[in-house]
Amino acid sequence: MLQKMAGDGQSLVEMRNAGIHRGGRWLVRGVDLTVRRGEIVTLIGPNGSGKSTTVKTAIGVLRPDQGMVERSRSLKIGYVPQKVTVDWTLPLTVERLMTLTGRLDRTALQEALEAAGIEHLAKAEVQTLSGGEFQRALLARALARKPDLLVLDEPVQGVDFSGEIALYQLIREIRDRTGCGVLLISHDLHVVMAETDTVLCLNGHVCCRGTPENVVKSAEYMQLFGSRAGETLAIYRHHHDHTHLPDGRVRHADGTVAETCDATSREATGASDDETVGANRNAG
Amino acid sequence: MLDDFFTRALVAGVGLAIVAGPLGCFVVWRRMAYFGDTMAHSALLGVALAFWFEINLMVGVFIAAAMASVALLALQRQGTLSTDALLGILSHSTLALGLVMVAFMSWVRIDLMGFLFGDILAVSRLDIAMIYGGGAAVLAVLAWLWRPLLAATVNGEIAEAEGMRPERARFIFMLLMAAMIAIAMKIVGILLITSLLIIPAAAGRRFAATPETMAVAASLTGAVAVVTGLFGSLHFDTPSGPSIVVAALILFLVSLVRLPALLGTRDTQPGQSP
Repeated sequence: MLQKMAGDGQSLVEMRNAGIHRGGRWLVRGVDLTVRRGEIVTLIGPNGSGKSTTVKTAIGVLRPDQGMVERSRSLKIGYVPQKVTVDWTLPLTVERLMTLTGRLDRTALQEALEAAGIEHLAKAEVQTLSGGEFQRALLARALARKPDLLVLDEPVQGVDFSGEIALYQLIREIRDRTGCGVLLISHDLHVVMAETDTVLCLNGHVCCRGTPENVVKSAEYMQLFGSRAGETLAIYRHHHDHTHLPDGRVRHADGTVAETCDATSREATGASDDETVGANRNAG
Repeated sequence: MLDDFFTRALVAGVGLAIVAGPLGCFVVWRRMAYFGDTMAHSALLGVALAFWFEINLMVGVFIAAAMASVALLALQRQGTLSTDALLGILSHSTLALGLVMVAFMSWVRIDLMGFLFGDILAVSRLDIAMIYGGGAAVLAVLAWLWRPLLAATVNGEIAEAEGMRPERARFIFMLLMAAMIAIAMKIVGILLITSLLIIPAAAGRRFAATPETMAVAASLTGAVAVVTGLFGSLHFDTPSGPSIVVAALILFLVSLVRLPALLGTRDTQPGQSP
């Protein structure tokens, strides 16, 4: 089994100061993000914070309007988008879905279906699958490609909790076995895979980043999810050093209000006490 | 064998149906029925252009249909009007432009009804050569394009992320559609081309488990529609193009009838373990 290679693995994708501008506003900007071979990077953030946009930019579905994105040469990506709908008029079995973007030999196909726990659904039409089953089918499809970089946009949506743990375990096994990089978006603001090497919290920009606590052993966590969950999931606790105000400005931890959350520009705009009080009320 | 006009019509129509089947499936899957209709309508503009510049009719139609699709893509990218409205504008304005241009050219006599509804009984040996030559080329390109185009149809983002270049696949598919329309115009006419694309594909859906089998089913359904439609038109003395479409419609309606026995065997399939 491959050891965790975070930090010393080959860089698969690297974003530098990347941003996407649409309809007169920045969906996300100034993102620095690197995923290396064997590394698991998780994005969290509220709705509309640019998680999916960031991921799409990283894998080349969107072209950055700012900054740059570098992908290693002939990078093989396995992508599970947030939402896939297949028109009823298109007859598509799970088996056929597996070879959507490339040929597969019989054993690779079978292995991937088994790994995702849906080998009994191989001949089923995808339109008849439940949300969780379809999610597994999409994951199986991405896995079967044996990608260098596995990209999962909310992979556990529509999956029940035990299924969620099983899927995360599967993702970890795949990473351990193949040494691929994993870039995933968590649907829960506070729960990430325990194996995550780097967590990025997005809110139109990278608010903060870091490593999640190894395994959460807190009593309430155990109580809530059971001890087995602790092996796979971790609660990511973090404190922002700034708050986004409704008017678009930013209040930093020291009480100053600035136009951006960039620490260096903080001195630029001083705020009077009145403004800070007002801002506090708004934020509350 | 090809001396008889009716045999020529049969050979030409069947060839056309075989090409239309797989293309029509993509039209249905991608929800491009109105788009196909718009391209077909622009064919009349192509006819007018061909007479104006004295070029081959099929070439003129191909260029006009391709230009209509490029114009639509450009307008879509601008993003001011909905695709639906844009198609409505393009569809009828290209048809009207064609009609107006034809009216200006008082020196040529154009059988407008022939172009609108087709004249399959007037098919020549050269037409048959064009249908089979051009049709084979269209199918060859489609076979080569199959995986990227299908991936782009299921999900453009997966296709893009996994190196399938969906934009390119989409563009080449537009050109194939334009070629198909250029070939088909003389047979079933501008107004009925879309039905030859869509109805057989829709009829084939019920009997297919994979995209590939649906494409084959659509080709076969189309071929059967052509043969029965032509014999029907001979027997009832009805116009040939519309008769083919009516035959296709009947096949589609038959495909909607639920056959319990057939359904029963299909329903057990997913449960079987390999």
